[in-house]
Amino acid sequence: MSSSRDLATTSRSQPRVETTASALRELVAHLRQQRAQLREEWARLITEAKLLTAMTKEEIFAEATSVYDNYVEALETGTYEALQTYARNLSERIIPRGVETHEVVGIVLLLRDVLARSLFAKYHEDFTELNRILDAYEPAANRIAITVAVGFVQERERIIREQQEAIRELSTPVLQVRERLLILPIIGVIDPQRARQLTEQLLRGIRTNRAKVVVLDITGVPYIDSPVANHLVQTVEAARLLGATVIVTGLSPEIAQTLVNIGVDLGKMNTVGDLQGGIEEAERLLGYKVVLTREPAGEPA
Amino acid sequence: MQVPILKQGPYLIATVQSALTDDDLKQLRDTLVDQISQVRARGVIVDVTALDVIDSFATRTLRDVAHMIRLRGAETVIVGIQPEVAFSMVKLGLTLEGVATSLDLEEGLRYLQRSSKGKVQEHEGRPHR
Repeated sequence: MSSSRDLATTSRSQPRVETTASALRELVAHLRQQRAQLREEWARLITEAKLLTAMTKEEIFAEATSVYDNYVEALETGTYEALQTYARNLSERIIPRGVETHEVVGIVLLLRDVLARSLFAKYHEDFTELNRILDAYEPAANRIAITVAVGFVQERERIIREQQEAIRELSTPVLQVRERLLILPIIGVIDPQRARQLTEQLLRGIRTNRAKVVVLDITGVPYIDSPVANHLVQTVEAARLLGATVIVTGLSPEIAQTLVNIGVDLGKMNTVGDLQGGIEEAERLLGYKVVLTREPAGEPA
Repeated sequence: MQVPILKQGPYLIATVQSALTDDDLKQLRDTLVDQISQVRARGVIVDVTALDVIDSFATRTLRDVAHMIRLRGAETVIVGIQPEVAFSMVKLGLTLEGVATSLDLEEGLRYLQRSSKGKVQEHEGRPHR
């Protein structure tokens, strides 16, 4: 960890590791001493810059305190794991509240700014000394900024991936309506990935539920392109290899057109106008007969 | 690797237990078509649950088996095709056209029972059974 920092320093100023280490020690001592004041200043700047607007003043102050302490600690130890973990925790807490990437990057850069200013103020009389301290400070500060920003973005990406997964799961429910009869209502556009998932769910559903007939309702699908149409036809054929019949219902005129254009073999495709018709047809195939046991409850008196 | 063929009532059941070479497949075809009249079977079930690949030669042989057995007066049903296998077969254009398929052995038996019941009713008085 510390080697990169040392390299950066040695290449510029002649004295080596000890100088950097002592400079950092001095720096850390200074930051510890000025803790209350610098933290205050930083929190004020955050509010002024209208960052973290989703949080209250007290929350900002509390977070600022722990970020500050973690920051100083990272400078002192030269290890970033603790800071990384903290950044991830922080992101987990603040992302659901709508904090944006630019805000997180913004506050870290603000802190960097505040600290640099304080260093200028302290060493402005001795330019060599200031240089020495900055040489130690800058690379470390950059790493810290990167660590926090990357931690935040990674957390965000993780959440996005999770949500995508959840949406995908939700988008193709496989429901059993009667023994050996499944329905798959599909709503929304089918892209190639969703088509693949649909096939998987349908074939797996047939296996696990020992289904004989599957009603695939695509009333909610506005259109499909020909690769997806082909995929759909293949799914129907694959289901037959598992011993199940697929009834497709609710084809829109556009989808019918697409299917005709790709020259689908209508002998293989079992299609019925709407979901009700599809279920009735499925019941017929399974040998069910729905009988009215009594008249439906009469009109209100 | 030979495929064991069991007789169960009026049906023959061939359970494929591991990947088959082309020769094994041909042998399976010949044995089945041969045995069908020896034991006077009314139906044949080929169980391919254990196969995780079914290529074009296997598909063609299975289809040939089904067609030859039909010509010899019995019915064939292929059972236990795995979902992934089914989809990759379809992708390759191997759809086992005109061959009955069922989910598993139990379903296959039920299918044969149902369809041969129909047959018996049709040809009532048939000496067989």
